[in-house]
Amino acid sequence: MDNATLIAIASIVTAGLTIALGSIGPALGEGRAVATALSSLAQQPDAATTITRTLFVGLAMIESIAIYCFVVSMILIFANPFWTHFIAEAAGK
Amino acid sequence: MRLSPDEMIFWRDGFFKLNATIVYTWALMLALTVGSMLVTRNLSLGLTRSRWQNLLEIIVTGIAKQIEDVGLRHPKKYLGFLGTLFLFVASANLCTIIPGYEPPTGSLSTTAALALCVFVAVPLFGVEEQGLGEYLKTYTEPTIIMLPFNIISELSRTLALAVRLFGNMMSGAMILAILLTITPFIFPIVMSALGLLTGMVQAYIFTILAAVYIAAATRGREPRGEADTTIDA
Repeated sequence: MDNATLIAIASIVTAGLTIALGSIGPALGEGRAVATALSSLAQQPDAATTITRTLFVGLAMIESIAIYCFVVSMILIFANPFWTHFIAEAAGK
Repeated sequence: MRLSPDEMIFWRDGFFKLNATIVYTWALMLALTVGSMLVTRNLSLGLTRSRWQNLLEIIVTGIAKQIEDVGLRHPKKYLGFLGTLFLFVASANLCTIIPGYEPPTGSLSTTAALALCVFVAVPLFGVEEQGLGEYLKTYTEPTIIMLPFNIISELSRTLALAVRLFGNMMSGAMILAILLTITPFIFPIVMSALGLLTGMVQAYIFTILAAVYIAAATRGREPRGEADTTIDA
């Protein structure tokens, strides 16, 4: 196997692992956040606007962790710097 | 598959190129500026006012109230900066319902520029409010050992601000593109409605985070409030 094939294998496998492992944590966190927000909404329906607003902000903050993983896996697949380097080198030869 | 609207080039002349990000950013800026100039051309103080003036008043007072809720005591002073951030990001994300439009916030260059504006504005507001010495002293709190960590947190939150907005907008566009090839009938519409919601929430979060950072920088040495400790991702 030449370098480009190795890099392709490593990038694809790592991209899958990144998004798979990286979404576990945010999923658990979002579930906990929504569950807590629902129980506090049931206890205090008057504070609904504040709770919902804080919930949305918090959810987006948690979700951004998963988004970072998504960005990394997209970079690995579509804009991999090592891949372009070795392709350029192979083309130059 | 395109990762960002940077790769969609309309016109090129040597070193200069005009990509979709620049074109749509300027179009949005033009629309926002000309729109608000047209609305504010003849304002009325009386009871009868145009519906556009009502809209603008609702937006401005709403943003000012949100800024005040975060803990900035004089929202008028920060309204120009934070309000512009919110209006630009929100309109950039909402215009995705127009066919052929690519959100400029889906490019890392735009979001990095916006995050850099926040990065520069926070110390400026902090120095203006507290003076240079007092502001620099906040970096050595609670002890001098925390100095490098405070500086790192300043840099990393700027990076997080940029990548969060970019990742959300880019992922929305990419999920739509993938779904169009798999189930091109109804599901993409649902996902683009979700994308509009995500865009609004991201615009709100970007502004609120900038406001929280400014509030933390201008608060001084009195005991830190809740807004400072809760959100620092």
